[in-house]
Amino acid sequence: MRNRSLLVLTAIAATGTLTLTACGSRASNSGSGGSSSGSTTVTIGVDAPLTGSLSALGIGIQNSVDLAIKTANKNNEVPGVTFKIEALDDKAAPQQGSLNATQLVGDSSVIGVVGPLNSGVALTMQKTFNNANLVEVSPANTNPALTQGPNWQTGTKARPFASYFRTATTDAIQGPFAAQFAFSTLGKKKVFLVDNKDAYGVGLVGTFKDEFTKLGGTVAGQDHVTSGASDFSSTVNAIKSSGADFVYFGGEYPDAAPLTKQLKAGGANIPVIGGDGNYDPTYIKLAGTAANGDFATSVGAPVESLPSAQTFVTNYKAGGYSQAYGAYGGYSYDSAWAIIEAVKAVVSANNGKLPSNPRQAVEKAMSNVNFSGVTGTVSFDQYGDATNKQLTVYGVKNGVWTTIKTGTFSG
Amino acid sequence: MHELPQNLVNGLLLGATYGLIAVGYTIVYGIVQLINFAHGEIFMTGAFGALSVYLGLGSGTSMWIAIPLMLLGAIVTSTVIAVLTERLAYRPLRNAPRLAPLITAIGVSITLQQLVWGFYPSAKSPRVFPSLPGGPFHVGGVLIQSADIFVVVAAVLSTLFLAYFVRTTRTGRAMQATAQDPDTAKLMGINTDRVIVIAFALGAGFAGIAGVAWGLRYGEIKFDMGFLTGLYAFTAAVLGGIGNIYGAMLGGLVLGLVQNLTAIYIADIPGMSQFSSQSWSSVWAFVILILVLMVRPQGLLGERVADRA
Repeated sequence: MRNRSLLVLTAIAATGTLTLTACGSRASNSGSGGSSSGSTTVTIGVDAPLTGSLSALGIGIQNSVDLAIKTANKNNEVPGVTFKIEALDDKAAPQQGSLNATQLVGDSSVIGVVGPLNSGVALTMQKTFNNANLVEVSPANTNPALTQGPNWQTGTKARPFASYFRTATTDAIQGPFAAQFAFSTLGKKKVFLVDNKDAYGVGLVGTFKDEFTKLGGTVAGQDHVTSGASDFSSTVNAIKSSGADFVYFGGEYPDAAPLTKQLKAGGANIPVIGGDGNYDPTYIKLAGTAANGDFATSVGAPVESLPSAQTFVTNYKAGGYSQAYGAYGGYSYDSAWAIIEAVKAVVSANNGKLPSNPRQAVEKAMSNVNFSGVTGTVSFDQYGDATNKQLTVYGVKNGVWTTIKTGTFSG
Repeated sequence: MHELPQNLVNGLLLGATYGLIAVGYTIVYGIVQLINFAHGEIFMTGAFGALSVYLGLGSGTSMWIAIPLMLLGAIVTSTVIAVLTERLAYRPLRNAPRLAPLITAIGVSITLQQLVWGFYPSAKSPRVFPSLPGGPFHVGGVLIQSADIFVVVAAVLSTLFLAYFVRTTRTGRAMQATAQDPDTAKLMGINTDRVIVIAFALGAGFAGIAGVAWGLRYGEIKFDMGFLTGLYAFTAAVLGGIGNIYGAMLGGLVLGLVQNLTAIYIADIPGMSQFSSQSWSSVWAFVILILVLMVRPQGLLGERVADRA
């Protein structure tokens, strides 16, 4: 009797799985069926955390690329070429990113990749893409070493990988920009530094610290936290006893929000300043009223304020995506569009046809891409960095991120 | 001394939560010798069960009414899930080699995480958990939140209840007998299958309470919160002596204290400042675990038993 009920359960589970698989295969058949109408279908890959605590940002990236591809197909942007998306989940884990890179390289229809979100993940993907001459454009990586080599701080900038580009500004500008804001605009002199030990967080805190001490500020203390931890009571106590008048956090909002919440509940009413990893509505949702008075810098000018972004915002809403485009939506759209522009240049230089091995040609064409995108003019310098180096300080007022000032850091 | 009393209190509070979860590892291990790696996820589902009850009550409900109902929701959710996993995943493997249920437990853990991630509304990013009104209270230079009082009360009452249950009730004695020798217990007329289900349910109930405590203290819950916390709680169970329920509580408290104190005071040892941070505290926790196990392989309160083969 017992065994039979188990058998029934297993049978139901198996049937369910088979039905789901059948649905999946039917969907992919109809996808490739569309390409038989005389046009070539090429794939733009996406690599971002689609699951896990950073998935809000990752799904925003995926949806924005999807929107760019749909727009390009609708407008027949590149005659004879249809684009499709292949999104892979890296779970914000470097190992998974490396596996995804191999998978994307192995798919010969992939001509460019948008992603990843995390600088630490990008480090493991760059070489794989570079060996295959496959273009990678990140909308969110801010670690300077990705484009300028590991010795960028000592002045010997050398581009390690010719296939890597990004539309985001680097922490070489973001950290100092935040330091100037804290020191000059807010008048804060004693900082407590906290990072989450990944390439992004450590890099950001490093560039912030250099500029802040150069300006004359002091570092009251430093702590490193584990990503995904919930209890920050020891960090809170260290901050309180250090006598710092603000906290600079290098990391992302899933860790920053509980930190600021516990800090203020612990009786230390000092602001937490973070980078683009903190700039997300979820930060305020999680931290509640404790977020009021905190600041975050983020790449570029606020998307909503740009006249160039209005079409993007309208189309995104019309696209019926269930998740918001998030902090990197505009940059992801521009990253995908940069690849589309490069493909367009390659196709028109090759008598209206895609060459048989387009990856190398697309990589070459990337450095000449220049168009007016969602976030302003999109083009890349000799390192693959965006020429648009704008940053914005946002502050939490009454439970919403409000723009404080937009600018850039210059020496 | 960097607010030593505050650090001690924080460490004990964190440890009490670990202890509540560790009890589940220890009861199940004591009876079926299974390290139930899905127990961290049982804790997580309990928290989500409580949140569902809270959302169902609607705003405006007093927290004094909401809290008991949320606790009930958490306990029911985690118990039902634990009993189901026992029935579907572990019982068919009762007589399989020990490695099989262990790997199954890891599979159950991943499955539960992904189910909550995929099907609980907006669980893809952390969800806000309600907080208790009142507080914070200043007690002799120590800041205490109202949720902290909840943790203390919950941990003390749960431990007392468990001690009473295992020592005096008929079912409790049946559990002890099954833990000592399942075959003989069966011959004496004890329904060991029922005892095993009760062990899972009891551990899950405690995990549910811990889930509510966790949510109230930190104000947010997430689908993957059970993994790391479960790992620490398992460490606490081993530290205290796996199989011993008081050991689980003691191990939790020791682990919480070690994590909190090392994060701050290691820096005061000259030349050690780079080994002192919130992230290094887990390393120190495991260093302590190894040291304790070198001196007392059976854990702090564990009894040395011959391995039954």
